[in-house]
Amino acid sequence: MIEPTTEQEIAQAVRDAAGPLSIRGGGTRGMAPASGEVFSLARVSGISLYEPGALTIVAGAGTPMSEIDAALQSEGQMLPFEPMDHRVLLGTSGEPTIGGVVGANVSGPRRLRAGGCRDSLIGVRFVDGRGEVLKNGGRVMKNVTGYDLVKLMSGSYGTLGVLSEVSFKLLPKPDATGVLTLTGLPLADGIAAMSAALGSPYEVTGAAMTPAKGDAESIVRLRLEGFESSVSYRGEQLKKTLAQFGTADFALGGEDDWRAVRDVEAFASKTCVWRLAIKASDVPAMLEDGIWPKFPCDALLDWGGGLVWIGCDDAELGKIAQDPVAAGALLHTHLQDHMKTIGGHATLLKAPDALKVRVPVFQPEAAPLAALANGLRTQFDPRGILNPGVMG
Amino acid sequence: MEMPTPNPRILALKSRLVQRLREVLPHDAVIDDEMQTRVYECDALTAYKCPPLCAVLPSSTEEVSAVLKICHQEGVPVVPRGSGTSLAGGALPTADSVILGVARLNDVIETDYDNRFIKVQTGRTNLSVTGAVESDGFFYAPDPSSQLACAIAGNIAMNSGGAHCLKYGVTTNNLLGVTMVTMDGTVIEIGGAHMDSAGYDWLGLICGSEGQLGVVTEATLRILPKPEGARPVLIGYKSAEIAGACVSDIIKAGVLPVAIEYMDRKVIEVVESYAKAGYPDCEALLIVEVEGSPAEIDEQLGLIKQIAAKHDPVELREAKDAEEAGRIWLGRKSAFGAMGQINDYMCLDGTIPVSSLPYVLRRIGELSEEFGLEVGNVFHAGDGNMHPLILFDANKPGDLETSEEMGAEILKLCVEVGGCLTGEHGVGIEKRDLMNVQFAPGDLEIQMRVKDVFDPAWLLNPAKVFPLESSASRRMQADAAA
Ligand SMILES: Cc1cc2nc3c(=O)[nH]c(=O)nc-3n(C[C@H](O)[C@H](O)[C@H](O)COP(=O)(O)OP(=O)(O)OC[C@H]3O[C@@H](n4cnc5c(N)ncnc54)[C@H](O)[C@@H]3O)c2cc1C
Repeated sequence: MIEPTTEQEIAQAVRDAAGPLSIRGGGTRGMAPASGEVFSLARVSGISLYEPGALTIVAGAGTPMSEIDAALQSEGQMLPFEPMDHRVLLGTSGEPTIGGVVGANVSGPRRLRAGGCRDSLIGVRFVDGRGEVLKNGGRVMKNVTGYDLVKLMSGSYGTLGVLSEVSFKLLPKPDATGVLTLTGLPLADGIAAMSAALGSPYEVTGAAMTPAKGDAESIVRLRLEGFESSVSYRGEQLKKTLAQFGTADFALGGEDDWRAVRDVEAFASKTCVWRLAIKASDVPAMLEDGIWPKFPCDALLDWGGGLVWIGCDDAELGKIAQDPVAAGALLHTHLQDHMKTIGGHATLLKAPDALKVRVPVFQPEAAPLAALANGLRTQFDPRGILNPGVMG
Repeated sequence: MEMPTPNPRILALKSRLVQRLREVLPHDAVIDDEMQTRVYECDALTAYKCPPLCAVLPSSTEEVSAVLKICHQEGVPVVPRGSGTSLAGGALPTADSVILGVARLNDVIETDYDNRFIKVQTGRTNLSVTGAVESDGFFYAPDPSSQLACAIAGNIAMNSGGAHCLKYGVTTNNLLGVTMVTMDGTVIEIGGAHMDSAGYDWLGLICGSEGQLGVVTEATLRILPKPEGARPVLIGYKSAEIAGACVSDIIKAGVLPVAIEYMDRKVIEVVESYAKAGYPDCEALLIVEVEGSPAEIDEQLGLIKQIAAKHDPVELREAKDAEEAGRIWLGRKSAFGAMGQINDYMCLDGTIPVSSLPYVLRRIGELSEEFGLEVGNVFHAGDGNMHPLILFDANKPGDLETSEEMGAEILKLCVEVGGCLTGEHGVGIEKRDLMNVQFAPGDLEIQMRVKDVFDPAWLLNPAKVFPLESSASRRMQADAAA
């Protein structure tokens, strides 16, 4: 294992590398089994700048999320995009790092109002595949100086460069949280209710749905955040807006429920989990006409239906095909084919390695984009040593 | 500002090129008459002018693709153009380039309130995007002051911001998808009604790439429900330092205003004589606006007023009704126009960490004395995006050059305190040769490598963004190959 402690050491190690490198933050996301020598960023760690009055933080890529959270907590601030902690879902251990969050562009329920990781990220320093130290963006909130490689690095899974330092803009932590719940709605109505809420002026910061299953009724959760009086006021207004969908319950609090939504805790026992980005109004047909008649599985909705988690446990996989890997591959192909027709994408997040190596984990891109992606990789990493194969 | 010498090979090509372009476009969509090409000789950076070889006004993505294929085959540079309001010379032609204007691409393709997006052709103006959804209670958030004129195409190319971006973000945070044509004519669909991409963040890369990676013809934009209401408060202070400290305290207190705007004495005085907004006589003025229901606004403004009061304001005025709110905004909204009435000005837009505001304002004052040119400051204080306006006299020999030198010093100062050259206007030609101040050679090289991938022949808007000497070998090598 290579374990550099500074940016210069990262650069040296990349220059010295004779073969592929498997770049790792906290190793909590259980990525596809990448070949190559493990290259850990864990020791490139520490907050180098935190200015609460300017809502900005800068930290080494290997800085544990817990350290960032604690620092922000003490000033009543937060990362706006609410990154998920993958450990419960994936059953992994280790310490999630801020660089890993950026590499995978991890964003939680608040993404639909406050933007994703890529929207809060304002600067990166990284080492490209030649071993050159590079920077883009900076520590200011508005910056259009040159191309925006900051966004390009977010979600590039270490294939374009090894991140050494990342900067974020922050938000004040809300004073209070409130949740409005609606139960027993059919899928299409639940999505319509979330759309109505998100189309209201009440600034809903989370909209998630667990569809009905067996005896368990469906539940729609809508989150409001802000000063307590304002959260209560908007909760009451929203109840009226949603009256046609039944009587909603409103309560202050509920932060734990949102952690569970964020971390997809309900799918911890699933063997295979997919993550789908989709137009919300396409979800009912996708699930009820396309998936469920053929593939027994569960679904969870976030982002007002724009994010769908699909999960299969062993029993469910067994009903699809005898061999669980073959079963997973069937459902996987169905999902990616469907996304290709309607627009959107499906990513296999959790699966046995045997399945991850058999199918394209990420939604394959159309030919012109795939060609551009190859072109970028060749420019950033001419030797093809950075996480080869991780993004296809 | 230097521009590359026009290529004689291309100049000689004009009649054949025009003929080929007429084969794929309606007659009136190809403009080659020298009187008419002059319409496209500059953008809002009017100090620099040069009519293009010709201009084309395609009406569909297919026509854009056909035009680009021809220019690609002929090795002719193309400068995409929206409405020509760029302040950075982003749409400035060279004599050997074709202007590709998207003004005729102005349809709304789809509005979807359930999924909260609108899909438009990119020649549509910013304000008319909001105009298309406003009666249904929605709006498109990024609101550059030029929104009446500027096109979504230019907004995407420059990643434009606006007064309300403190809360809603800039163009890149509100863009869901694009149709883009690369220089060889390939039509690419990116993103759509869903969020985030499967592979690399193409949208993030294209937004702000100043028309150098492809021509964007359609865009899917996020729309938002209008807030219940909004109300500003006006706060006057004795010094920039105090105003800066107040901004920082407001941000730390956990209220998130939609806008925190700043004006200094020079701007206040000019605006007063021009728009009579009734601003107080003071060194620094803040306009802070919050949104919500009347009670929510009261609560937030209550907190803001408390913080403001601690800093001993000269004046603290809350809008009691829409009319008063309008008056508070009137001066800010007319600031650029008013300054233009009294002088020629050069508008910078470096961004700095909010904590450096007082220092940078003081240094700008000193530079103003040193160079002998007056400066007015009016800007988005919440996010540190400065807009120093350097006043000069275009008719006075040497004044433009002095203002440019002074501008360069101010931008270097912004970089020095940890900021950047441009927060929302883009690099264009204006800041092109200062890029080395902010970036090491390798940082620029990797960006140029990105352009190599999209436009290997360096034909799209080639003389922008990168210092001319940095991009020279690429631009020339491309021509040798053509
Ligand atoms: C009075 C005034 C106030 C302003 N206020 C603001 C403000 O508050 N915030 C702000 O951010 N900006 C502001 N601007 C700057 C300017 O309005 C913005 O940069 C705007 O986005 C430019 O849009 P446009 O359509 O006029 O683009 P143009 O000026 O035509 O072009 C700008 C750039 O976009 C490229 N481009 C144009 N069309 C395309 C296309 N189809 N595909 C690819 N590239 C393309 C051009 O090549 C050029 O590089 C202001 C300008 C003025 C004159």
